[in-house]
Amino acid sequence: MTEVLVAFLVSTIVASTPLLLAATGELVVERVGVLNLGVEGMMLAGAIAAFAVAHLTATSTLGILAAIAAGVLLALIFAVVALTLQANQTATGLALTIFGRGFSALLGAGFVGIPASPLPKLRLPVLSDLPVLGPVLFSHDVLVYLALLLLCLVAWCIRRTHLGLIMRAVGDSHDAAHALGYKVLAIRYAAVAFGGALAGLAGAYMSLSYTPMWAQDMTAGRGWVALALVTFAAWRPFWLLIGAWFFGALMYLSLYVQALGLSIPSPFLSAVPYIGTVVVLVLISRDRRRIRLHRPAMLGRPFQSRT
Amino acid sequence: MLKVEARGSESRFWRYASPVLALLLTGVTTSLIFLAMGRPPATTVYTFLIQPLIQQDGMSALAVKAAPLIIMGVGLSLAYRANVWNIGTDGQFNLGAICGGGIALALPDLPMILLFPAVLLAGLIGGAANGGLVAWLRIRFNANEILTSLMFAYITNYLLIWLVTGPWRDPMGFGFPQTAMFSDSAAGPRLIADTNLHLGIVLAPLVAVGLWFMLEKSLLGFQFRVLGQATRAARFAGFREHRLVWIAMLISGGLAGLAGILEATGTLNQLTTTLSPGYGFTAIIVAFLGRLNPLGCIPAGLLLALTYLGGDAAQIRLGLPNAVTGIFQGILLFYLLGCDFLLLNRITWRAAAARGVP
Repeated sequence: MTEVLVAFLVSTIVASTPLLLAATGELVVERVGVLNLGVEGMMLAGAIAAFAVAHLTATSTLGILAAIAAGVLLALIFAVVALTLQANQTATGLALTIFGRGFSALLGAGFVGIPASPLPKLRLPVLSDLPVLGPVLFSHDVLVYLALLLLCLVAWCIRRTHLGLIMRAVGDSHDAAHALGYKVLAIRYAAVAFGGALAGLAGAYMSLSYTPMWAQDMTAGRGWVALALVTFAAWRPFWLLIGAWFFGALMYLSLYVQALGLSIPSPFLSAVPYIGTVVVLVLISRDRRRIRLHRPAMLGRPFQSRT
Repeated sequence: MLKVEARGSESRFWRYASPVLALLLTGVTTSLIFLAMGRPPATTVYTFLIQPLIQQDGMSALAVKAAPLIIMGVGLSLAYRANVWNIGTDGQFNLGAICGGGIALALPDLPMILLFPAVLLAGLIGGAANGGLVAWLRIRFNANEILTSLMFAYITNYLLIWLVTGPWRDPMGFGFPQTAMFSDSAAGPRLIADTNLHLGIVLAPLVAVGLWFMLEKSLLGFQFRVLGQATRAARFAGFREHRLVWIAMLISGGLAGLAGILEATGTLNQLTTTLSPGYGFTAIIVAFLGRLNPLGCIPAGLLLALTYLGGDAAQIRLGLPNAVTGIFQGILLFYLLGCDFLLLNRITWRAAAARGVP
């Protein structure tokens, strides 16, 4: 029984990590009033960049850095079109997803089917050997801890720092922020780039750790689930963690039940995380007041300086 | 130095010139990408965009690919005009193919005059049902249609996988994940015997013209345009927003379902695990390239159909992965959206000395 529980907890944390990374990035983007629907595309670009560079240089650190670079690069294309040229953000984000899928498939064509060794796991003396707590808390790879660290940093930054106050001002009233002398576009560019970096990291986790290999469209809609998580969390960082764990658990359970060999057809179980996303969105969104209270007021609106 | 000024009103010239400029820029950018990959750009672009047209049966292959894209793009033009962001047309496409395919498999021996219309109708209803579900979730529960419609694309794909690997699998199919072939009367008429020139090729332009009339010439169409451009004005004018969201999702979903069943009966002749080669996202580009105008979706659908044929040609003749199609499509959408900046803004070149003059 303990083994089953430990496997469940470990797998949930593992499966939640790419969601958490991507959603933390998108949360920052949305808090400054930008909606970037290109998370899936940036994740795929990050996944192939990480895998290709880690494979060619045999250094996983370089792979992770390459994933960040790829995510930022794609995010900046989005920023130029959606922020500087003020195009519709929904459509621009979709363009980014379409482009990222094609781009990753093209680059990845030569890397399909190559096995890779996963990122090394943490080994602490004593702590990693503890029963239950050891495997659950002290035996993950660096990206799992980085995801949690980044979430805490983002939460602290948004709530407790001057920078966070400026970010919220830009997201809730860009004209007022502009009038106060803040550089709205520069802040939005920086946030979009940060979101890209985290989506890239999420992709790196997919191709270097979660399933250490490259396959076309390997993120399988996780970028979209991450977007849903931001709404689920009502733009509050720590709720992201609960949401990511929930979906991580759902993803693990759908695999676990398939392995049990019950008579439920496996396509139904594979569809569970996507059905779960719809259900959760419906349950959360029905409270219109809560959504309106927390939603950054300028979300998706272009900013044009009038001076 | 370069100076940007607002035009104050939309430029009529750029309204039609900006997609052309976007296409040219896309051509240049993809050429540069080919160059970076060590491919001679001229021959690659030739293989990608010209070769598929001049080879044997090139035009009919183009028409067959374009038909579903035009039908889906037309529906999306309508929805996007009203700010209803249906991006999961693949789901509606799948459900349309499943519902129509179910009828086709259940009653294969009916005469064509009965069966084929029933199959198409079931496809239309299946797509509209999925679209309607998304509309209901948005209206009743305030759930964002972007995410829900896309999630249904995944969910219906798993439903399709279950059907073709389980209850609907062809018992004579050696265990392949596919249904039996449709009967001749379910597959519908052909424009020329023994080709796959199916009825969708005729239906696509008809649908485009019909929706153009609705959008440009009817009160309902006017309400759609107002809702998209000025939501508050639409509310003050007493337009029922919910009703418009319903109609937008039912029509765009129904048309996607129709495209799905036409593709299943017209070209595949059976159901398999993947029916749509990414038509859902491509149809979004068709809608934007067509300027969210149903008539514009006809040339736009033909052009994007060409990118699919070009991707296949580049794979066969040059050994490039057919993901090139996705890159071309993504870049095209970026440029399309970016070039629209010129609609409302003028970029002029001015001597730096002129600055400072009040």
